[in-house]
Amino acid sequence: MTAHTLFEKVWRAHEVVPETPETPAVLYVDLHLIHEVTSPQAFSVLKSLGLPVRRPGRTLATMDHSTPTASEQVFGNVPIRVDAAAKQVRQLELNAADFGVELFGMRDARRGIVHVISPQLGATQPGMTIVCGDSHTSTHGAFGALAFGIGSTEVGHVFATQCLLQRKPRTFAVNVEGKLPPGVTAKDLILAIIGKVGVSGGTGHVFEYRGSTIRALSMDERMTICNMSIEAGARAGMVAPDEVTFEYLKDKPRAPQGAHWEAAVERWRGLVSDAGAAFDAAVDIDAARLEPMITYGTNPGMVVPISAPIPDIAGDAIYDKALGYMGFHRGDAMLGKPVNVVFIGSCTNGRLEDLQAAARVLKGRKVAPGVRLLIVPGSQQIKADAEAAGLAEIFKTAGADWRESGCSMCLGMNGDTVSAGQYAVSTSNRNFEGRQGVGARTLLASPLTAAASAVRGRITDPRELM
Amino acid sequence: MEPLKRVHSRTVVLPLSNVDTDQIIPARFLTTTTKEGLGRQLFADWRYRADGTPNPDFVLNRADARGCQVLVAGRNFGCGSSREHAPWALVDYGIRAVISTEIADIFRSNALKNGLLPITVDDATAAWLLDHPGAEVDIDLGAARLTLPTGTAVDVPIEAFARHCLMNGLDELGFLRSKLPDIERYEAARGA
Repeated sequence: MTAHTLFEKVWRAHEVVPETPETPAVLYVDLHLIHEVTSPQAFSVLKSLGLPVRRPGRTLATMDHSTPTASEQVFGNVPIRVDAAAKQVRQLELNAADFGVELFGMRDARRGIVHVISPQLGATQPGMTIVCGDSHTSTHGAFGALAFGIGSTEVGHVFATQCLLQRKPRTFAVNVEGKLPPGVTAKDLILAIIGKVGVSGGTGHVFEYRGSTIRALSMDERMTICNMSIEAGARAGMVAPDEVTFEYLKDKPRAPQGAHWEAAVERWRGLVSDAGAAFDAAVDIDAARLEPMITYGTNPGMVVPISAPIPDIAGDAIYDKALGYMGFHRGDAMLGKPVNVVFIGSCTNGRLEDLQAAARVLKGRKVAPGVRLLIVPGSQQIKADAEAAGLAEIFKTAGADWRESGCSMCLGMNGDTVSAGQYAVSTSNRNFEGRQGVGARTLLASPLTAAASAVRGRITDPRELM
Repeated sequence: MEPLKRVHSRTVVLPLSNVDTDQIIPARFLTTTTKEGLGRQLFADWRYRADGTPNPDFVLNRADARGCQVLVAGRNFGCGSSREHAPWALVDYGIRAVISTEIADIFRSNALKNGLLPITVDDATAAWLLDHPGAEVDIDLGAARLTLPTGTAVDVPIEAFARHCLMNGLDELGFLRSKLPDIERYEAARGA
């Protein structure tokens, strides 16, 4: 019997029509997540063709990118600042109602970042195919799902047929062994992986994260890892489901219940790469040797261990441009550089464990004078959980701005932005030029490093405050 | 969609690698609910100065860039977000082909659905193109061939089905909908 990878098993189970040299595969989509930014043009296509959403029961909508995070705007009568954003939110409400799609609207307790709420509901399950008009859909691969981002035209394809036309990607084993040292988190691990593989090293591939380090990670941590697969160019990243996965999903509202649960777990146990299954590419990472990581440039691959200097690279235009944009110099130490803004949140690091990590550093401490610390939970549920656990109180006492959920300052669509020239240590996923605001300078790091840097007002190794 | 068989144009060269979709069109312009008119915001933060006037140093603002339909860029063009606004903005501006040694997966897929050719070439061809801004190139989709003004012709891989759709002006959704009987059988077999 041929040995198959996890990816191949999920792919084959969803092939409605296999690919041929002339035509891509018709791939069935189990769960279609949508949000306000990439769906309106797809709904317009349905309207123009007079088509319904074919499987509304497999479609779940929320609003996260353009939504405000200030409580008075979410729950009060203060309007959304940007007219176009307000219109986009309204358009999703209209489209969801017209097409019978379930929507977690502005004031719904289940609302949040699309990649945070679906796992919390138990809607994300092992072995599924999951797509969304959003590149960080790779997050859901943490459950052993094949999950990837698509464009708006493809959102329309899924609406109309519940399928996509896809060429089969290649496979890439990311083998991680060893115990992560104290103060070194899943975020540091994925930044190190991107640094090693490069920002296009995964293009055309699906990652499978494997090895003892990955097995030892919680679901929140696995989601952080899979989330940033796209930053290495891979459309998807997967982790084989195991007891950690099943424990997380058990009794979640949309997970299988009762007798269905046992049957599902039995099925999910088969979702592992067979011994001897061949991957098209592989990389090995020694987790025990890692340090907290931080980016110095304008893509997530421009990353160094926090105690290391900025590398000295000759004859690379993008490196020169990046240092110019960041106002850094080759050979500079990262530790001690001044910080203006700290953002803790996003689909990468806006889950409860991320907030708990930040609280460990912030408890009994204050944000440095002149530094703005914005903490945005990944969902309203996480907000409630963090408040019940006393984390919000720790944040507010420290001087942080504690908000309603959303994508917020990860990409600044809702007005939560970093000013030109300012330095922001951010737990988000992209440090592209202008990502957090025109002229904003982003340094990606873990929630521990972000919180420590907020306290000191400078880039700080979190192990000094633990 | 109009059939697209050939692009013949001078090139405009953006000699940077890892040009991400946030540069192609910054997130603050994504609050639109349509796909029209995004060309004005193409490369907005590089193309315009803080006061909104054109930045004369940016390649697209140079006089000889006018009318160029082929953009040559460094490796890994279009990385980052899945926003289809990126190819919408490029096409609305007038670009019909992007040439690089490597093009990010989601951008490539989105481009092909909007009449924008994502062309990957070998290092030597890319180096020549980067060194010769304004070169008049010919992309023949039927032959899957890029011809340089030197007469050198190189094969350019374009996914067969997308090429068929582009050349015949077909919408991929039509093909996908023709598979609905297969999709229904699949669902019935799974008990979905």
